[in-house]
Amino acid sequence: MPEHEAGGSLGTPTHEVRDFLRRRREQIAQRWADEPLFRTVFTVSRDEAVEAGKAVVDALAQVADAQRVEDPDAAGFSAVREQLARMGAARSRAGLSATQVASELAALRPPVENLLVADLDQASPEGLRECSTTLTVLMGTLRLVAMQTALSEVQALTDRQRLQLLEVATPVIKLWDGIVAVPLIGTLDSARSQVVMETLLNAVVEQHARFAILDITGVPTVDSLVAQHLMKTVAAARLMGAECVVSGIRPAIAQTIVHLGLDLGTVKTRASLADALGYCLHELGTNIVHTAPDGAGRR
Amino acid sequence: MPTAAGVEARLPIRSDMDLVWVRQHVRQAAAQLGFGLVDQTKLVTAASELARNTLVHGGGGLMEASHVTTGGADGLRLAFSDSGPGIPDLDRALSDGYTSGGGLGMGLGGARRLVHDFEVESVPGSGTTVRVTSWVTRPPRQREDV
Repeated sequence: MPEHEAGGSLGTPTHEVRDFLRRRREQIAQRWADEPLFRTVFTVSRDEAVEAGKAVVDALAQVADAQRVEDPDAAGFSAVREQLARMGAARSRAGLSATQVASELAALRPPVENLLVADLDQASPEGLRECSTTLTVLMGTLRLVAMQTALSEVQALTDRQRLQLLEVATPVIKLWDGIVAVPLIGTLDSARSQVVMETLLNAVVEQHARFAILDITGVPTVDSLVAQHLMKTVAAARLMGAECVVSGIRPAIAQTIVHLGLDLGTVKTRASLADALGYCLHELGTNIVHTAPDGAGRR
Repeated sequence: MPTAAGVEARLPIRSDMDLVWVRQHVRQAAAQLGFGLVDQTKLVTAASELARNTLVHGGGGLMEASHVTTGGADGLRLAFSDSGPGIPDLDRALSDGYTSGGGLGMGLGGARRLVHDFEVESVPGSGTTVRVTSWVTRPPRQREDV
């Protein structure tokens, strides 16, 4: 690529901006390193910030070279996407809102603009204006790329967390030989209740459980759909030879179920997990013997 | 005195996630207006049933919550509206055990029993609006100082 001499004949504004970016790479990166966005992200050394700035300048020059200053999907940006994401994430962690990060990104433009004006003092006012507009558009696109990257990071995080929640919410606990329990927490939507049913039925097989306790202390609302999911789970467990006990029904929930008109008559219920365990132990023929106070410390 | 802020809301109902929002908002609004725990739970459950109807049968819609007063009593009014196919036979839809969507058939009738006032407006082909209102019932010995 032939180098344009400073003050030489002006090419297209896009190529002029590209040549300016390549010519002033070092100075731009030096000035950016003092801006809050770079200064606060690259805290180890200033050189690190300057190197990161150079990478961004190179990307911008490549995009200008491809004549795609308005295209956030331009190939040139892909090299710095990861770096921009890291910078954005670091600023978000520091407690900045998306708007504040966006304005820090906007603050990168004036130093470059000033360099451009100083650089093209030989050019005609019209040529300078065109170059300045091109640079503004290019920096705007950079902002867009950075915000896009940040958003897709957030989206990926949300998706991961949703998956985690599915797993976290359904531990099956062995309470005794032949007795397993599932503490249900939060909303029992259809995806979650499917996971609950599967893990519970698997546990019934693996643990040779005769009793399965579904504890709904952590379920804030029991409406007809939740009740239906519970009854289906109970029916499925019964087919496999395990009896289900639903525990943790709080007074408010009990009254609501009655008003709603739900018939849980086919389901064995207990007020608390302890009651449910006591019932299951009794059914298994296991007796709990309270030892005398003087014998309490012997074990 | 409870304030309108935090009670008044227009929440979209377009997905399962929105149902969670609806329940949380109704619970907070009811608590703010002074509903007891049992009444809160009833209202939240009714809202859950009606919002799910809006989503499943109405193809999505809107819940509007508002603070209403009559004779010094505070109430919470919830309006669920959709522009779905409407309910062709309202009496049948309100009867227990009737379902058109594979559920238990307790949603609409159950919700009616969980609130104080209940009205349905449905035009076949152009949508359904269900308005429910519950009033804060205060113990009689509790007197407000003027």
